[in-house]
Amino acid sequence: MAKPRIKVPKMAKVGEIVEIKSMISHKMESGRRKDKKTGKVIPRKIINALKVTFNGKLVFSASLHPSVSANPYFAFDFKVPGSGDMVFEWTEDGGKVITAKKSLKAA
Amino acid sequence: MTPISGIKMMKKMIKLTVGVLLLAGFSTSAVLAADGKSEAVKPAAEFGLDEIWSGYHFAKKETQALQDDDFDNPGNLWLEEGAALWSKVDGDAKKSCQSCHNDASKSMKGVATRYPVYYAPRKKLINIEQRINLCRTEQMKAKPWKWKSKQLLAMAVYVNNQSKGMPVNIRITAENKPFWEKGKAFYYKRRGQLDMSCAHCHEKYYGKHIRSNVLSQGHINGFPTYRLKWQKPGSVHRRFKGCNKQVRAKPYGLGSDEYNNLELYVKWRGNGLPVETPAVRN
Amino acid sequence: MYLRQTCQQGAGMFYAGTANPIRISRETEEQMTDKLHLKVVDRRSFVLGASAVAALGALAPLGSTPASAKAWQDFMKEAIGDAKPAEGKVKVDLPEIAENGNTVPYKIHVDSPMSESDYVKSVHVYATGNPGPQIIDAQFTPLSGKAYVKSRMRLAKTQDVVVVAQMSDGKAYMGKATVKVTIGGCGG
Ligand code: HEC
Ligand code: HEC
Repeated sequence: MAKPRIKVPKMAKVGEIVEIKSMISHKMESGRRKDKKTGKVIPRKIINALKVTFNGKLVFSASLHPSVSANPYFAFDFKVPGSGDMVFEWTEDGGKVITAKKSLKAA
Repeated sequence: MTPISGIKMMKKMIKLTVGVLLLAGFSTSAVLAADGKSEAVKPAAEFGLDEIWSGYHFAKKETQALQDDDFDNPGNLWLEEGAALWSKVDGDAKKSCQSCHNDASKSMKGVATRYPVYYAPRKKLINIEQRINLCRTEQMKAKPWKWKSKQLLAMAVYVNNQSKGMPVNIRITAENKPFWEKGKAFYYKRRGQLDMSCAHCHEKYYGKHIRSNVLSQGHINGFPTYRLKWQKPGSVHRRFKGCNKQVRAKPYGLGSDEYNNLELYVKWRGNGLPVETPAVRN
Repeated sequence: MYLRQTCQQGAGMFYAGTANPIRISRETEEQMTDKLHLKVVDRRSFVLGASAVAALGALAPLGSTPASAKAWQDFMKEAIGDAKPAEGKVKVDLPEIAENGNTVPYKIHVDSPMSESDYVKSVHVYATGNPGPQIIDAQFTPLSGKAYVKSRMRLAKTQDVVVVAQMSDGKAYMGKATVKVTIGGCGG
């Protein structure tokens, strides 16, 4: 799986609300499609969760279902409490976890 | 002159022409504004279209917004992958693209505006995907990437993207003319059970609805294009196959000479449209 | 999803749109009618004929709801318990007509101070007409600053999308949008 893309501002003011964006390359195989050649159902394989924390505290999280589009994209807001690290965790069916981290400096 | 310095010369010439175009634009600002998105580009040569519009112009605003935002554009996942592959050493020669071409933003700038090109050793056209694979097999002594592989798509997005915003500028020369002629004949030939040519849909009826789709002029300035339908980027040849199948005609192979000729001709029809890779389309 | 299935099967599927129908010459029209059993509605528009409809019909079992499937209301009850969602506070931004059901961009805003004592705890998004209606179950915290999320969903057909928000005090609100989804042009 390719590297996820995340957008977190490098600097922001304490108390400022900033938009955070994330996107990860994934087919989101719904488990409802049939293989054109064999006629068999292609097994479900999706990213089923995204969890975003800042210095260990939850900012945003979501359970994802098969009706989330391929290459899951999520943008949300974040109220800057101070400097720290934002950590993103995507969990795939089967338990594989992909993580990404960005530091933010508060002024 | 080594091949590389030949390329550099050509690149200088391209920069010059672009510079001149930009200068000319100052006096007639309309020329600059015409990007085929909100204002039509005037065709430089006479053919079946009086004005040239990018496929962007016919897309819904939500789809346009997906393309316009540098982060939101899903094609950028492939662009980033391509950037990572650029400096990755592979093959027996232990080289990466970067080893020879250095900074892609300089060395690959403008390439997309003039491909496919005539390739003398094969006496026929090659497109960007084939050029990339030639470098892999001959320069890097690495295996060619498969046509639909993530790597080839990503690298094709990356190379094309280095020309983003530059006008497509296919020039017809003595060398590529015979192939351009073949491409043109392909374009206007009725085929399939529906007995329709490309021109039926993309020249005569562009702007009309075909069910929920609005027909565009079928330009290729945004390829590889991220299609909502494919949920990933796809090559020009993949699109041609789809359009052939749509009229229940026999599709040709990905990388076939027929599609290379057609690619040259279709790209030429879009001369003046800015490169949009990775474009987002339905 | 189903849309893709349908597209893969139905080579050469196209209908005329109502707004700006494609004009086909008489000659072509006759050839099409002939070869594809396309039913010509009037001189300017045509619809899909027997063979293609059959192809679509064959797909119906895939798109239909399995016997065990739960409705979106069941999932909502699991998510927010017995709270009865009131209308309001939830703003759902969706295109009126989706260009392609594979990727329908949406934005959700829930009106809330997002303070330590009064914030939006969770937001649940349901595609009421999808065979699996759940899209996301999202959680917010006061650190979110605003209860806002932007993402992309798959929609199998024209339907209502329902968004339910539960506040930190347990109260629930809902908003809704209708999206028209047409089968894509199936260009490839
Ligand atoms: C060992 C050196 C070498 C490596 C490594 C190499 N190339 Fe090349 N590349 C060349 C040379 C030499 C040419 C010009 C060849 C010619 O004109 O026949 C060229 C031409 C090209 C062109 C066409 C440029 C133009 O202006 O027409 C592209 C695109 C390209 N290379 C992409 C790549 C990519 C992508 C990679 C990595 C996958 C790569 N190359 C790796 C040497 C290299
Ligand atoms: C029956 C009508 C029909 C025919 C004939 C047809 N196409 Fe298309 N084509 C479409 C539709 C529908 C689309 C998707 C909407 C659009 O961009 O026009 C499309 C899209 C395209 C695109 C993508 C445009 C973009 O902006 O990404 C290209 C390129 C294209 N067609 C080329 C061709 C070529 C070349 C031929 C002839 C071999 C051809 N088409 C024949 C219906 C057709």
